Amino acid sequence: MSQEAVLGQEAEEHHHGPDKGILRWVYTTNHKDIGTMYLLLALGSLLIGGVMAFVIRAELFQPGLQLVDPNFFNQMTTMHGLIMVFGAIMPAFVGLANWLIPMMIGAPDMALPRINNWSFWLLPFAFTMLLSTLFMEGGAPNFGWTFYAPLSTTYAPPSVTFFIFAIHIMGISSVMGAVNVIVTIFNMRAPGMTFMKMPLFVWTWLITAFLLIAVMPVLAGVVTMMLMDIHFGASFFNAAGGGDPVLFQHVFWFFGHPEVYIMILPAFGIVSHIISTFSRKPLFGYTSMVFATSSIAILSFIVWAHHMFTVGIPLVGELFFMYSTMLIAVPTGVKVFNWVTTMFRGSMTFETPMLFSIAFVVLFTIGGLSGLMLAIAPADFQYHDTYFVVAHFHYVLVPGALFSILAAVYYWLPKWCGRMYNESLGKWHFWLSFIGVNLTFFPMHFVGLAGMPRRIPDYALQFADFNAIVSVGAVLFGTSQLIFIYNVWRTTLGQKGIKATDLVWEKPEGLEWTALPSPVPYHTFQTPPKID
Amino acid sequence: MKRVGFSAVSALLLLTTSHSAFAEWGLNMTEGVTRISHEVHDLHMTIFYVCVAIAVVVFGVMLYSIIYHRKSRGAKAQNFHESTVVELIWTVIPLVILVGMCIPATATLIDMYDNTDAEIDVQVTGYQWKWRYTYLNEEVDFFSILTTPEEQIAGTEAKSEHYLLEVDKPLVLPVDTKVRFLFTSKDVIHSWWVPDLAVKKDTIPGFINESWAIIDKPGIYRGQCTELCGKGHGFMPIVVKAVSKDEYKTWVTAQAVAQAAAREVKDMSFAELMSQGEKIYNSNCAACHQKSGAGIPPMFPALKGSPMALGDIDKHIQMVLKGKPGTAMSAFAEQLSVSDVAAVVTYERNAWGNDTGDSASPKRVKDLKDNNK
Repeated sequence: MSQEAVLGQEAEEHHHGPDKGILRWVYTTNHKDIGTMYLLLALGSLLIGGVMAFVIRAELFQPGLQLVDPNFFNQMTTMHGLIMVFGAIMPAFVGLANWLIPMMIGAPDMALPRINNWSFWLLPFAFTMLLSTLFMEGGAPNFGWTFYAPLSTTYAPPSVTFFIFAIHIMGISSVMGAVNVIVTIFNMRAPGMTFMKMPLFVWTWLITAFLLIAVMPVLAGVVTMMLMDIHFGASFFNAAGGGDPVLFQHVFWFFGHPEVYIMILPAFGIVSHIISTFSRKPLFGYTSMVFATSSIAILSFIVWAHHMFTVGIPLVGELFFMYSTMLIAVPTGVKVFNWVTTMFRGSMTFETPMLFSIAFVVLFTIGGLSGLMLAIAPADFQYHDTYFVVAHFHYVLVPGALFSILAAVYYWLPKWCGRMYNESLGKWHFWLSFIGVNLTFFPMHFVGLAGMPRRIPDYALQFADFNAIVSVGAVLFGTSQLIFIYNVWRTTLGQKGIKATDLVWEKPEGLEWTALPSPVPYHTFQTPPKID
Repeated sequence: MKRVGFSAVSALLLLTTSHSAFAEWGLNMTEGVTRISHEVHDLHMTIFYVCVAIAVVVFGVMLYSIIYHRKSRGAKAQNFHESTVVELIWTVIPLVILVGMCIPATATLIDMYDNTDAEIDVQVTGYQWKWRYTYLNEEVDFFSILTTPEEQIAGTEAKSEHYLLEVDKPLVLPVDTKVRFLFTSKDVIHSWWVPDLAVKKDTIPGFINESWAIIDKPGIYRGQCTELCGKGHGFMPIVVKAVSKDEYKTWVTAQAVAQAAAREVKDMSFAELMSQGEKIYNSNCAACHQKSGAGIPPMFPALKGSPMALGDIDKHIQMVLKGKPGTAMSAFAEQLSVSDVAAVVTYERNAWGNDTGDSASPKRVKDLKDNNK
């Protein structure tokens, strides 16, 4: 950076420093501030959704109805799913995108900063609206996070309308966030940063953003159809009026399956960076990673009915969706093989981000393999809607998506705030989470295969032992996250921990490490860096 | 990290070594009692072994790297990061494995979809929260309701062996006979699953799904609803009783006679109405309106002191007969016999301090029911 540029930057900062107090956060258009707010919102949602999981696991600790009535239990499973998907995982990835994409591509900020501010500030209102349904007459939505009609239309509690509007608002926020990511990546890359030089996190987010733009409107469409059925006498999902309840599932899963990849593609990017850094070796197969991610994204549009093998779609349909789903195993396999080969003949160390990333590869692969089993349609007749499915998607979402987010925070936090987190607390957090997560979700495979349906508040006696273990694991996993919160708090606000160097790690690759100091200043790359 | 690989592998080995023994422990999928369920079980085990093999290779290489290529052992990082040949190999090999899996899976699926040549047709109708079985070629049609008492669920009584998996009237089917199931629903989507038959099909209001089974050996096979259908979702089990062909014939004849007798209108005393009404109420109504009649307002209104239970008796009977469309209150005209409706209405009007003193006669119920047609 030339001297004038540095001077100019200082003057600028002096001039445009952030507002003081709360207004800084309300008015901010700074990608770092907005990223932080997204991450905090995600953390809050994680805690709320986690408390709901505790309620579920407490009720399921033993057979019988002890704590809650079945209707409230259904509200908990529904809200837990919605809050974790839309409130925790998705905003966390948007938060990371905000922090990292401009720094990774050498841009001063996101391309549309005011829209960025609005995308974030819609969310607290959407979630307040969603959570307020818990206190309404008739209770919160109780029809599962997949809200199948007609349980969610004709038979829904009155609060369903608030749920619909909350989804609409989240959808608007997501689409604007996605547009912002795409515009930023297309237009604001530093000179010399060609597409095939972009860091993988940027690539995976670019693809994720296209998925978001493609499917969030579909979700908005399906909830609007519900609204029409409920309030305006339409019969989209009512056979008596000429509609079809299965139409709901087709439209929902046309959104829902790409949504699954929206929650995992950025994770692929994150662990690719971390594994490469701590193996001290360039990522194996960068190009194939980009193509694998793109093929997963494209395939995600033609596999949706594998969630619906038991609804009675015709034989040809079953076969098509079985084959297309199995095909996804190929690009996903390529990714896993690439990560393992990156570690092979590296020089590995095992700091907390690396531990979470290795656990990600192992446990995500287990989730992927059970996904392959679920793709076999005849076998899926036995797996469908049992705890086997619950085990499967929690394996890809918790030690999958969530672990990657935790890894990312540990990995980039020293860069963001200029101080190292406490490594031994980090290791404690990892090992307790690792044991907890497996204790929670592995036995679910067994009870599912043995015949326990999902979403039931009480169960037959043969499932009792494993359910007790699962509940214990859930408490262990949930409470270990407090270590993480404490560790982040003491590093950032507490200002404890040794000062991080500019590189932070031994030999990380990417502009955020090589071209910026730690902590990163409020404004970065006001003049674009040069890339060879 | 050593522990990661170890725990994963040992857990997987645990499952594979003796899966039939573990099945009794409730660790694995049942082999079931139909040819199809055996085929499905075989598919499940095959894909499972394939997954274990992939996991062993992938995690093995990873574990090896973690042990030998660590910096603390002085490992120097190599710089290779591309190989088209390797990439091609690990794209093609999984493809071949997948095609290998598709062949048996496709064969089984085609078999499962062959609904022709059934000897018996049973219509399965899902209701919130019970099942109705209509034998289409016989005069047999009944509801099957959970019998686990509320005290066991609440934990004030010891739980029985088949807790939550027991019903008043099981679905009785003959062995060695192709039975075709026709699935539909009266309200929301349910899903009828009996693991031992490897049959799981959604019951969808306004649509009919098909499936079939040939049961190999007599026995009692239990299952549950597997599609979230409201608050009673966990409380609508399925019990299939498979009997010999002769026993089945005897049962059908006896059922047809018994059901015809139940349709007859007879006079009942107030005490008879009340005692029968209490039984009917507890198995059919208490899930929503609660045993105490207090309901769970506003979703499930109270009956205790309600205008409906204290007001015009004909309106009350009609509510039970016709239900309230668009709510969980279903029409009981087809579900209960006229004497059952009379009994339950009488019970609701006199229990929990409602004390109207009036009673509904089976004859009045029948008249109203006939008028409705």
